[in-house]
Amino acid sequence: MREYLLGNAAIARGLLEAGVGLAAGYPGTPSSEIIETLVDLKGDRPLHVEWSVNEKVALEVAAGASWTGIRAAATMKHVGLNVAADPFMTLAYLGVGAGLLVICADDPFCHSSQNEQDSRRYAQFASIPCLDPSDPEEAKDMTIYGFELSEKFNIPVMLRPTTRVSHARADVETGTIPPVRVGGQFVKNPARRVALPVHARALHTELIAKQKAIEEALETAPWNKLTLRGNVGIIASGIAGLYAEEAIRDLDLEVSLLRIGTYPVPAKMICSMLEHVTRVMVVEELEPVVEEQVERLARIVNPAVEILGKNESISREGELDFLRVRNAIALMQGIQEKAALPNTAAGILPPRPPALCPGCSHRATFYAMRKVFGKKAVYPSDIGCYTMAVGMGTVDTCLCMGASITLASGIRFGGETEGICCSLGDSTFLHGGMTGLLNAAYNKARITVTILDNSTTAMTGHQPHPGTGVTATGEPTVQVSLEALARALGAGLVEVVDPYDLEKTLECFQRAKEYPGLSVVIARQPCVIKARRSGARPRAFRVSEECQGCGICVDFGCPAIEFEGDKAKINNLCTGCGVCAEICPGSSIQEVKR
Amino acid sequence: MRTSECDIVIVGVGGQGVILISDVIGRAGVMAGKPVRGAETHGMAQRGGSVINHTRIGCRFSPMVASGGADVLIALEPAEALRFAHFLSPNGVALINTMPVLPVTVTTGAARYPPLDEILAPFEGLCRRAVPMDATAIAKKAGTAQAMNVVMLGALARYIPLKEELILEALCDVVPPKFLDANKKAFSLGKAEVE
Repeated sequence: MREYLLGNAAIARGLLEAGVGLAAGYPGTPSSEIIETLVDLKGDRPLHVEWSVNEKVALEVAAGASWTGIRAAATMKHVGLNVAADPFMTLAYLGVGAGLLVICADDPFCHSSQNEQDSRRYAQFASIPCLDPSDPEEAKDMTIYGFELSEKFNIPVMLRPTTRVSHARADVETGTIPPVRVGGQFVKNPARRVALPVHARALHTELIAKQKAIEEALETAPWNKLTLRGNVGIIASGIAGLYAEEAIRDLDLEVSLLRIGTYPVPAKMICSMLEHVTRVMVVEELEPVVEEQVERLARIVNPAVEILGKNESISREGELDFLRVRNAIALMQGIQEKAALPNTAAGILPPRPPALCPGCSHRATFYAMRKVFGKKAVYPSDIGCYTMAVGMGTVDTCLCMGASITLASGIRFGGETEGICCSLGDSTFLHGGMTGLLNAAYNKARITVTILDNSTTAMTGHQPHPGTGVTATGEPTVQVSLEALARALGAGLVEVVDPYDLEKTLECFQRAKEYPGLSVVIARQPCVIKARRSGARPRAFRVSEECQGCGICVDFGCPAIEFEGDKAKINNLCTGCGVCAEICPGSSIQEVKR
Repeated sequence: MRTSECDIVIVGVGGQGVILISDVIGRAGVMAGKPVRGAETHGMAQRGGSVINHTRIGCRFSPMVASGGADVLIALEPAEALRFAHFLSPNGVALINTMPVLPVTVTTGAARYPPLDEILAPFEGLCRRAVPMDATAIAKKAGTAQAMNVVMLGALARYIPLKEELILEALCDVVPPKFLDANKKAFSLGKAEVE
């Protein structure tokens, strides 16, 4: 039947239809809904679905399951593959048991990411085949195909959707879900499972040798489609293929088109195209992965062909879309461009950047942190909702998951003498911050580490983690104590505080600042979105007539506080945290007793 | 050459229920046997930022509507209507909820929120018809301000090539049963606004 599915839901559906026995991932936009949908759809099936502590862990767990003969998948966003790069590179050598799919969602234009790296490069780097879907239905079908390919060539396979596939919706044909294969068993085989140098050398030879066979198999895969029509050609990969098809239809052109959905690229099809045309344009998002192959093959089969792409009108950064591709093709054909309409009228509008929610405890923590540590202190921060507090002056760096603590250490060792107070979320700390804290303790970094503990992975949609006491499937499990962890990792001073209690939080930061070693402040208050969903009944606040209009509460930056005339006003977005009442110097913000 | 039967752009502020509208019409499109494509905003932008959804009924191509290509722009917030007005086709229709949601740049006094007539004025020359309505107030009449997005959906129903029964059937699939009556009422009140 045909269902209207989100790309990530289609991938989850594909995993079930492929009979996957294990799926592990770490949340990250645009990949998070794959695991979430699996949890929703799994029902009573004996399928292991987990939120892993990070992407490296997820991939290793998936590899272990694959080695017992169970089909397994690991899900992550593109930057998560950097974390998982260590197992990823060597798994290409060691190979799989049952099929192993690495689902890595790229984010061209950095909609919700710190960079826009192209994971096709990673697949190429590791000599791992990569499938590049253009829409949700292809993503689902490629998921199933990926397992078959993985088993046929004894190699992990990468599925690489982009934001416009993972977060697209489309009508998708769903099939039947087979029973899950259970009862896997690990078969000992040191030559294929132990990457000693003596084994690795032989396995590398084998990995290189199978590339040709992989390329030949992919040549006939349904994801590569060649239509020879005019003597001008377009080669487009992934979603760019869809943009190119739409552009050709819109322009009503007679041109040849090769749509590519696999890497290694279909060399024979590319050669057929190059022999047929005098000019070809390569249309792909981000890196010139296909273009480089086209240039290489053209030198062999048709050195005279003119190749257009990244050197011309196809950008190497950001996203492509229909209009950009249409205009690039129009330019090549000498046809009038269709300019994107300017929206000059929108100049009168106030900007609406994403912001910390009304009542978000991170705002209160940062307020107290800044008050104690002052303007001159250095505030390395990290990846999460709290990065949006950059305007509060307490986010001086954001590099990658967990780097707040290690950057803070390096800044101290580099000679910085001002106070250093870094911040990262609870999930980020467990993902990539723990080793940095251990390193800071071991190497005697005099810094303060603030764990912004809202007891969830908020930015990506409130996934549980080891500090929450619940698994991905909602089962109760051990609840790891962040304070016990921080002490075990060697922090000298560890304190837990409720950021809604401003006075206590200020005192706590003061002790941390004065502590002559590594101090950890855990600012704990559940995420307001989660608290609201769980039915927490907020307190109500109002501004009294005594308000002097000093504006201190408005500067705090909570969207629930606005100015009406010359006085502050609490609007209906208020969640009742009460922090503004503590900040008001004239005590003019008061709780309304009910 | 047209590459889609009907292109719809739905905009608003994170948390207003933009996704529900696109989900309902997308499902209704699939029930009608049409290919449907859509693109959604997830992640960081959802935290109180501007959000945009694209829904293309009778389309097998890109999930995004091109600038100047929207047959209908449906805005759950007036400033967001203008922010994305360049998506409107000259023959398009704009359906605009007039209840503002102030961004934090305005509540902190860093920027000004223009009066409603200044926001609506540019639509005069941009599209075939612009319909402002206080969908939030209408939703309250239906029983809950939360159903504001369904009021807008009701208005939208008149302008898209899908039977109303299918849209209502899809709505029933998406909305929790206990809110269904209020939502059906919101839908018909929204529809009445454009009749």
